[in-house]
Amino acid sequence: MKKIKKIKIKINGKVKILPARINLSKLVINLKIPVKKVAIELNQEIIDKKRLSKIVLKNNDKIEIVHFIGGG
Amino acid sequence: MEVVNLKKDKFTIANKVFKSRLIVGTGKYNSMSQCAKAIKLSGADIVTVAVRRVNILDKKKPLLMDYIDPKKITYLPNTAGCFNSNEALRTLRLAREIGGWKLVKLEVLGDKKNLFPEMIETLKSTEILSKEGFKVMVYCNDDPLMAKRLENVGACAIMPLAAPIGSGLGIQNKINLKIIRKQTKLPLIIDAGLGQASDAAIAMELGCDGVLVNTAIAKAKKPFEMALAFKNSVIAGRQSYLAGRIEKSLMGNPSSPKKGLI
Repeated sequence: MKKIKKIKIKINGKVKILPARINLSKLVINLKIPVKKVAIELNQEIIDKKRLSKIVLKNNDKIEIVHFIGGG
Repeated sequence: MEVVNLKKDKFTIANKVFKSRLIVGTGKYNSMSQCAKAIKLSGADIVTVAVRRVNILDKKKPLLMDYIDPKKITYLPNTAGCFNSNEALRTLRLAREIGGWKLVKLEVLGDKKNLFPEMIETLKSTEILSKEGFKVMVYCNDDPLMAKRLENVGACAIMPLAAPIGSGLGIQNKINLKIIRKQTKLPLIIDAGLGQASDAAIAMELGCDGVLVNTAIAKAKKPFEMALAFKNSVIAGRQSYLAGRIEKSLMGNPSSPKKGLI
């Protein structure tokens, strides 16, 4: 049986092991992220939220997902 | 008789008219519902917000947008916590991506203890952001020369501090604020350091266009009452400024006529 490859990524500073070739859209759905209320950065580059399903994650990718919180 | 008509007295930032001259922060409240109620009582139609990581472990955590509707209240993304230009630019570009926010508040800090603005980095960031199409409201020192430079590189509002952020010390340098008022037609908004409602009235009487308050409301013993007090104080201060105060005089000047004295 063929072994399923895994990749290691960092999301908001936390390490996560994911199946290889997962796309960004699947990841945010799995994490239940309200896409309309966040911004997403992949390796310090802002991602156009319309293109999430076209972006396939690679080993060692760094993702930041941010939103608005209370502040002065 | 003509009465001071506040309805005709428009508060405009980057060509957008706002109802209230009081801008409030959304930090430091005990809960989001407390924050939302205080904002409602304050009458503010602009609130500052911070950009931070989503908590990916706690998916049920309430979101600010569930309590404060960005369609009704203008969110003003702020770069609080940034200590250099790159951090601030990254934060505001992300903020714009969340939902198309172009009106932003730039705040680049230089010292972790006094939280004074790092003006070299602030100036640099203002220029870059303005060229990228942002409308930048800039937190700055109460330095007229620096305020002029910010205006020259495209700031859409000048936001000098009254005193260190969260200090509650109130307005410390009226002279500088008056000079900045005289030299600029841009909105002049006092940002940081106010402690009580009367501080806001003083700012407005100096000719400022608005004030930004967070800690003084959020950390008051009764935040709802203080929100209301600030609302009234800003209105009173503006009315007083428009009404035009009397000249100051060293000696007394009787209020009753001398004629007809018995």
